[in-house]
Amino acid sequence: MPGLEDLYREIILDHYKSPRNRGSLEPPAVRAEGHNPLCGDEIEVFIAVEDDKVSDIKISGQGCSISQSSASMMSAAVKGKPIADVRALISRFKHMMSIEEDGEPDTSAPLGDLEALTGVVKFPVRIKCAVLSWNTLAEALDIAAE
Amino acid sequence: MSYDVQKIRADFPVLAEVINGKPLVYLDSANSSQKPLAVINAMSNFMSHEYSPTNRSAYSMAAHATDLYEGARAKVAKFINAPHAHEVVFTKNATEALNLLARAWGSANLNKGDVVLLTHMEHHANIVPWQMLAAERGFTIRWVPLTSDGLLDLSELDTLLTGAKAFSFTAMSNVLGTINPVGELVAAAHKHGAIAIVDGCQSVPHMPTDVQAWDADFLAFSSHKMVGPTGIGMLWGRESLLDAMPPFLGGGNMIADVKLDGFTCAELPAKYEAGTQPIIEAIGLSAAVDYLTALGMQNIRQHEIDITKYALDTLTSRFGDDIVIHGSRDVSVRGATLSFAYRDVHPHDVSQVLDQTNVCVRAGHHCAKPLMRLLGSNATVRASFYLYNTNQEVDALCDALSAAGDFFTL
Repeated sequence: MPGLEDLYREIILDHYKSPRNRGSLEPPAVRAEGHNPLCGDEIEVFIAVEDDKVSDIKISGQGCSISQSSASMMSAAVKGKPIADVRALISRFKHMMSIEEDGEPDTSAPLGDLEALTGVVKFPVRIKCAVLSWNTLAEALDIAAE
Repeated sequence: MSYDVQKIRADFPVLAEVINGKPLVYLDSANSSQKPLAVINAMSNFMSHEYSPTNRSAYSMAAHATDLYEGARAKVAKFINAPHAHEVVFTKNATEALNLLARAWGSANLNKGDVVLLTHMEHHANIVPWQMLAAERGFTIRWVPLTSDGLLDLSELDTLLTGAKAFSFTAMSNVLGTINPVGELVAAAHKHGAIAIVDGCQSVPHMPTDVQAWDADFLAFSSHKMVGPTGIGMLWGRESLLDAMPPFLGGGNMIADVKLDGFTCAELPAKYEAGTQPIIEAIGLSAAVDYLTALGMQNIRQHEIDITKYALDTLTSRFGDDIVIHGSRDVSVRGATLSFAYRDVHPHDVSQVLDQTNVCVRAGHHCAKPLMRLLGSNATVRASFYLYNTNQEVDALCDALSAAGDFFTL
């Protein structure tokens, strides 16, 4: 059985206790919300898009350490990045979480701190926690593209 | 005869499981209970030696299987003190029983301008079927609110019931553990001309049930929470009401005759049992009822009062203000289901640490999101105790909580 230290790496607990980019953005920023019906976690992702870049991102909502730290790390990783790079990172992250999607995963995007979440895969029930914010970000990008 | 919990534990093979060198501490019986050998063997024996379809064939094995299946119904009827066995309808689960009721009784009785009264402590299974029908029929749903200690606030009950056609409520909350005054609620409903529907999922496995003493009109409950198998639930209803309602699912077994221009329904209970029924599960349920009856429902209730007292006292003395237990502290009005918040550690993280020592609890919204919103959180940890749990398991829960606290301390 994998130990707690596989799941709760120090950097994860750091993001959980001091989440980055908390808050909300006013329109014309885009808002998307995600729910994990299993555990009741709720998340809101706000993004501002300028010149095909995610110029700003804010996260609000409640959830467990995995969902909150994943959202916090995600926000730090995508802020200021071109949309194409952000989409690539979403694909790479979901691939790391063993979530298969159509097409080849883009493994070029650097994971950085997000690598710490790799242990989540050993706890299958927590994968949904880790990807909640990423799916919500993808939805926000879709809304922004409309 | 004294209640010997160690002897009872020996009846449940899974409770002897050791995972990674540590014993299983199963505190999730409000979700689903474990099964005694008597139930496992009854189902296995039936499949190995006696299996046959029911109600259709003339050979003696089929007749015997039908006797066993109908015998299960008679035992369930006696268990809840129903006047007639044919008032007990087998369903897939309690959720289907409540959907049957909303669909069959509701579609015949509820229209625009009508009112159905529910409470803020209902499980989604006693909310969503009514909302689905309300969206079609345009009737109104009203809600009985809660007091600050998690009881139903009955101060405005008469006003809420004015004009109501049905009052559907849980006998015991699956989150707060609150045991509701069923007889009093039924009487209030009847005074206003409303029928009284009781969700007994959390109460029937844990205390004596008497639908006649309650004077209730319907009772829905499930087998898998009362040491029986999954795949079978029950709806008991007053004969006159079941007779007057249209059928729910159509198909084989539920008809008296089918012609090209229509059909006529079978008598009760077959009218509501379309298709091949959960025969094996009914045999298991029958053994479960025997098992509970032999232990005595009052004895089970007393054991759970004792363990709830011990759990409330121990959790409070060990964790003080670090733990917030929802619901009443009065064990005379609560069952052995404890939902709580522990420091500011998210319930998912608490349960993850508890799992390291095989302490099985539920973390989440417990299929009662309206209630969770009232509690101001989107998840709690829920430890629920049953006839086989011990004070030592309460201690194991506390030790595991200490470990979770240490792990997540800033």
